Order: sequence, then structure tokens, then C-alpha cells
Amino acid sequence: MDKRDVAVLGVGQTRFGYHPDKTLVDLFAEAFYEAFSESNIELKDIEALYYGNFVGEMTDGSANLSGFIADEIGLKGIPARRYEAACASSSVAFREAYLAVAHGIYDCVVVGGSERLYNAGTAIGTRALATAVDGLHEMTAGLTFPGVFALAARLYSKKYEVPMDKLHEKMALVSVKNHKYGAINPKAQFYNKFGDLKVEDVLNSKVICSPLTLFDCCPMTDGGSAVILASADFAEDVVDNPVYVLGTGQSGAGGLFRQREDMVRAIPRKKAAEMAFKEANLTPKDIDFVEIHDCFTIAEIIATEAMGFFEYGKGADAVAEGVTWIDGELPVNPDGGLIGKGHPVGATGTSQIYSVVKQLRGEFSYNPVKNAEIGMTDTLGGDFGTLVNVILGIHRRR
Amino acid sequence: MEQVTFKGFYDFLLEGKLLGLKCLDCGAYTCPPKAVCDNCGSRNLERAELSGRGRIATFTTTYIAPAGYDKEVPYTVAMVELEEGPWIVGRLEIENADEIGQDLIGEEVEIGGKEYPTEMFYPDKKRRVVPVFRLLRTF
Repeated sequence: MDKRDVAVLGVGQTRFGYHPDKTLVDLFAEAFYEAFSESNIELKDIEALYYGNFVGEMTDGSANLSGFIADEIGLKGIPARRYEAACASSSVAFREAYLAVAHGIYDCVVVGGSERLYNAGTAIGTRALATAVDGLHEMTAGLTFPGVFALAARLYSKKYEVPMDKLHEKMALVSVKNHKYGAINPKAQFYNKFGDLKVEDVLNSKVICSPLTLFDCCPMTDGGSAVILASADFAEDVVDNPVYVLGTGQSGAGGLFRQREDMVRAIPRKKAAEMAFKEANLTPKDIDFVEIHDCFTIAEIIATEAMGFFEYGKGADAVAEGVTWIDGELPVNPDGGLIGKGHPVGATGTSQIYSVVKQLRGEFSYNPVKNAEIGMTDTLGGDFGTLVNVILGIHRRR
Repeated sequence: MEQVTFKGFYDFLLEGKLLGLKCLDCGAYTCPPKAVCDNCGSRNLERAELSGRGRIATFTTTYIAPAGYDKEVPYTVAMVELEEGPWIVGRLEIENADEIGQDLIGEEVEIGGKEYPTEMFYPDKKRRVVPVFRLLRTF
């Protein structure tokens, strides 16, 4: 069955950071109403809700959230469902929403997510995040998420024969870059902070899981994001600047111990990206910029390789040579990424969509990618387990 | 198809034995056990005791612990490539992993098990058995 073209009508995102005074519902509602206000539709046009949330049970004592949220934001009684795929929760939700509209099940839906990890505190937040590693065979050793990427960093150093201290200097540049961009993004957790971070600051900050330091890591974040999707025909009738979904891909893997040394090649990401490129009939060379899942500095490097932008083992050089900076050939994370903007897990995927849509509409004035027509997102759930890629553009799929 | 439950796997580990599954179709070993051969997907498997030896593939020392593990920091988590091929996650029994650094990768270890108190969310509500890796030579 042929798929219909699908487009984004509107996007919304809360300020990322610390929100002790706003619930998971409040954060979603705020993002939703920003998206709704620019979509030129009525509430009754929205036929279904797709909600991403990772650990509402642990941070807020709440599950079964999607129906409550639909009711609380004025979408009484519509089919609503929650997606949990760790950090890729709202990206999986986005892809399911896209597929439902593409296959004609709905004409117009809302997708998004919210999460409150900053408010939960570091110990609960770290344990909650660690529920996304293998709950038995990895958790028994106390493996955490910084731990997963520390294991990957040491393996990368060994496999590609880059001395760990040299690799760490290049990893630190990811943090320097993403903090520089996060510091000028008014919705970022670190807006006006750490914009002039230096490599030495990263290397000398507190060690979390060796060799990763505090500034190698994204923060714990509270926030929400939302996107309103519709068939392209519907979209062109109601908004002047629809952004089209050109391709999506998703893949997965078992625990880190099942992936073995493939972890540094992020095979599910390679599969998901290839699926998205194939659907979009595009190649990595066609992509003007990407919002990538830089939960840790090494994660961004591995991602750029697995998505096909650089050869395996060369991603670290790309950041050091300026290729992934705003004026480079492939700007990576112009919104600050997870490191600079923050990482409210269940809201992160549709926040990446938010940033790509804003860029493509020419509304990302604080860090614009010049003449951008095609952007891509990359969201990783768990320890290289769930991978979702989305390609968006200002013209319909060719 | 011979079943090895997670309780059985950790009971044996506490006795110093590492259990896995050997595939009668492709010959590959799967450890920890799962429903199918990790290499070819076959369910034609038999229980096998592995050598309990391997080499360090990668490691990290954790200084910030999740709730339930805070009394154990700092601790070093490692991934070990077993002689039979599979990789497993456990704790490396060493105090100065960060001083030695990358040179630890490739070092030979033998594998045992150590019992810790369980924590609120761990699947085994009675105990937590951690695979522990002992270096065969000292640094």
C-alpha cells in the first residue's frame, strides 16, 4: 500500500531545565498549546494522541498517563497511548503517529512527550535511567548510563587505536560545541551558561564514570515537547509552511553484552538510518544538518559514523576539524543537543523534531543553518538498543 | 532445548561455575543463557559449563551510583570476552583501574560470583549475585 505524504503543522517545546512546580501533564500541555497555536486547526481536528514518557512511575508515581493527558488538555475521549522506549520514547511515538497518518488511519494527530528527571534528584534519576540497561545481567554490576558510554569510549580508543587521552580531547570538543550552541538557545537548560567552556574545563571536571567527566554528560532535565502531524494535503490547506516527513527508520538490539564490540558501530542506528534514507530516497550527502542523540560526548561521535556521515573511527576527527560545527559541512546539534539543551528523556525525540522544523522554517534565528532544506534527527533509547531516525524537508518527497 | 533460569545461572556462579548454552546446530556458545542461540537463533541447545576465563574488553570505574548502589562506590564495571566467545558484564576486583588505564584491556581474568543485598527494583528480590572478574596477574 502506498503511503500518503505527511507533514508537520506545528511544534512546541517548554524551556528545558528544572520544573519543580509543573507536572508531567503541565509540561506536555504547555508544549502542546504552543504547537496547537501555530497549526490553524481546532481541537476537534485532532483524532489521536501519541505520548512518549520513560519513567513517570519512578519520578512522579504515575503510569497510564496518555488518557489523563488527553483529558487534561481538552482532547477528551480520543484514543491516546503512551510509548516507552527509554530516551527514544517520543521518537518511537512520532514514527508510529507518522505511520498511522501515512497509512490513512488518521488525518491529524498530536505526538510528544514529557519527563521530570531533574526534579527526581541524582540518585533516583540515575537509577531510573539505569532501568534502560539489561535489568538483570547488566544492572547487577551497577552499570549506569554514563557507565555504558564510558565502556564505549574505552572500546573506541582500543578498536581505532586512538590513545584515550587524545580521544578524550576530541570528545571534549563535542561538549564545547554543544554548550556553545545551548548557551544561545533560549529554551535550553544551559541558556546563557557554559558558552565559553574550554576543553580543559571538560577534562578537569568531576569524574562520573571514568574516563567520562561531568561535562561529557548531558544533564538531568524536566521538560515537554509536542508536534502536530497531518496528511500533507490537510497540512497544505491550513498552514503556509508545512515541513514534510521524508523518511523514518527504527531498529533495535539486545543488551550491551549481546552487542559485544558492535556497540561502537551502533548497528541498529546504521539499520534505522539506512531505512530512513531509503524511504526518503536520499543519501547522507543530501542532509544539511542533524540533531543527534549526544547523551554523552562519545555518543555523538559514534552516531555520526553509524548514520553514514563519516567512516567508522573518523567521527572524532570530524568534530576536531570543524566539520560538525555550525559553519562546517554538516552542522551537528545546532540547538545545543542533549548536552547543551538538556535531556528530558521522554520529550527529547520530539524536541529534536521541534528544532529541525524551526530550522527548516528559518525560525531558528539564534543559530541558523544557512539555506537548510533537509534536516535529520537521531534518537537512541537505551544502551545502543532502540534507534529512531527521522528525515524532514521543506519539499514533498520526490 | 535445555532451560537455564536466571536463578540457576547465578546459583552456579556463586559456586564458581559459569553456565551457558551450546548450540548443537552451529556450535556457538550463548552466555548468559537466553531462549535461542545468540549466533544462529536455533533452539537446539544444550547446557554447558564454560571455562570461566576471558579477557577484559572494556571497563569503567563508577563514582556516581544509582539509588541502591551508593554504598558500593567507587566500583569498576567491566565487560569480559569469554574464551568461548560471549561477552558478560561484571565487576573487576581492582582498586586502581584508572591509574592503569587502557593497559587493562586484554588482561586475562577468571570469573566468579559474589552476593550483594538486593535493591528495590532488581528482579531477584532475595539477593543480587554479581559476576566478579579476578585478574590472573597483579599490577
